Amino acid sequence: MAEDNFFQEKQTRRDFLNYILGFSFFALLSAVLYPIFLYLKPPKAQEVDVSNLKIAKTTEIENGSSKMFKIGNKPGILIRTNEGEFKAFSAVCTHLDCTVQYKKDENLIWCACHNGRYDLNGKNISGPPPAPLTPYNITVQKDEIFVSK
Amino acid sequence: MSIFSKLYHKIDERFQINDLISFMKKKEVPLYRGTIWYYFGGITLLLFIIQVVTGILLLLYYKGSADIAFESVQFISAKVKFGWLIRSIHSWSANLMVLAAFIHMFSVFFTKAYRKPRELSWYSGFILLVLAMGFGFTGYLLPWNELSLFATKVGTDITKTIPFVGEYIMNILRGGEEVTGATLSRFFGFHVALLPGIFIFFLAAHLIFIQRQGMAAPEDWDEMSDKKKINIPFFPNFMMRDLLIWLIIINVLSILAVFFPWELGKKAEELAPAPAGIKPEWYFLFMFQTLKLIPAKLSVIDGEVFGVMMFGLAGLFWFLIPFWDRKTPRGKKWYWINYLGIFVIIFILVFTIIGFIT
Repeated sequence: MAEDNFFQEKQTRRDFLNYILGFSFFALLSAVLYPIFLYLKPPKAQEVDVSNLKIAKTTEIENGSSKMFKIGNKPGILIRTNEGEFKAFSAVCTHLDCTVQYKKDENLIWCACHNGRYDLNGKNISGPPPAPLTPYNITVQKDEIFVSK
Repeated sequence: MSIFSKLYHKIDERFQINDLISFMKKKEVPLYRGTIWYYFGGITLLLFIIQVVTGILLLLYYKGSADIAFESVQFISAKVKFGWLIRSIHSWSANLMVLAAFIHMFSVFFTKAYRKPRELSWYSGFILLVLAMGFGFTGYLLPWNELSLFATKVGTDITKTIPFVGEYIMNILRGGEEVTGATLSRFFGFHVALLPGIFIFFLAAHLIFIQRQGMAAPEDWDEMSDKKKINIPFFPNFMMRDLLIWLIIINVLSILAVFFPWELGKKAEELAPAPAGIKPEWYFLFMFQTLKLIPAKLSVIDGEVFGVMMFGLAGLFWFLIPFWDRKTPRGKKWYWINYLGIFVIIFILVFTIIGFIT
């Protein structure tokens, strides 16, 4: 009987040690993996203030043409319609992140990657884009064009 | 005794090479009308070896940083002696390798060679194909040209559709929110360090399996009379045939690389819109074309998410074939699995062709 007890006690002690060992193994593993996971994700790039960004002069752009500009880390597109109105949008296609362009012959905004089309109000009208382009506010002071988010 | 046989004897004394050779001699390869399919695994292997050698050569001059990557590839193509050839071979061999791997996979599929006991060969082979496509995807960006920039934008953006962790994965792949120089650095690392490390492991397993188990005989091999069954030893007979095919492939590769040198394109610009007629590499083309045809919204979910989910499921289904394709009782043939394979091939072919001509 006593022997039995002794045996059992030994077993539980061993179990306990195994448990501790297993636990410390996982602790070690997470101590190794945690910094790696965080390391993999790059630090956030500083957001550039884009409250009032000068992007072009009105004389630069004719009716029915466009100009690309950089806003923050993303491309933007400034369009002067055939009627002479200025419009600005994020040039990032809402489908898969390609950069859109102004298509003069069809008078719309087009993404070459998957044939997505937007009208000149940025609304997605055909092809795969699921959402409209983000519009920017435009202010014209003298002959200079400013955009803001 | 010549000096070679002396040397051989000395090495054999220490490493028992004779055992190895007699093992290889014992291994037999069935000779029948489907024997030709046995060569494609070897062809893929040869092209992989060429990738390693030319890749190391390119590493001597390539610089993996956004402001000089394009120029360094230009330098390789224009200034370095035979640089254009090394680069062209690397690109062509990469494409032929994926092609050979696809043929290899489909031949295994139709001859049902993935069945017991070769399930692990199928799994490891599938993983190798995915890794090979990973090599293609990461390597495509390295010259930092217009086409590769947008291909990478689209390809990495797709990972966002994975639920919960998609955004995190995209950030890790891109090295930030956007595709930038940080992405190039990462892809360079994946292409020359991470992927080769993983690839070698699965390749070794794949090759050990085939050496251990031998070639899969055709389905009706057991029922054939002994007279009709012809086997040839793997060593040296089949290996000699393999080497002959390798020689032919090297010739084809040289002709392609010399007469159709790989283009470099225009340097990637941050603000430039995607150029008209942009397309991914041909082995992504059928998926690209399908995504193009799915409408933006399918009732509640985005067409994109739906398409990517479907391809993901189809891939998983394909990967797990050894699980759900059980041997049928004798006398009953399961044709539908062949039809499924034919459907997949036709789907890939049709959408690839549409992708090419539109």
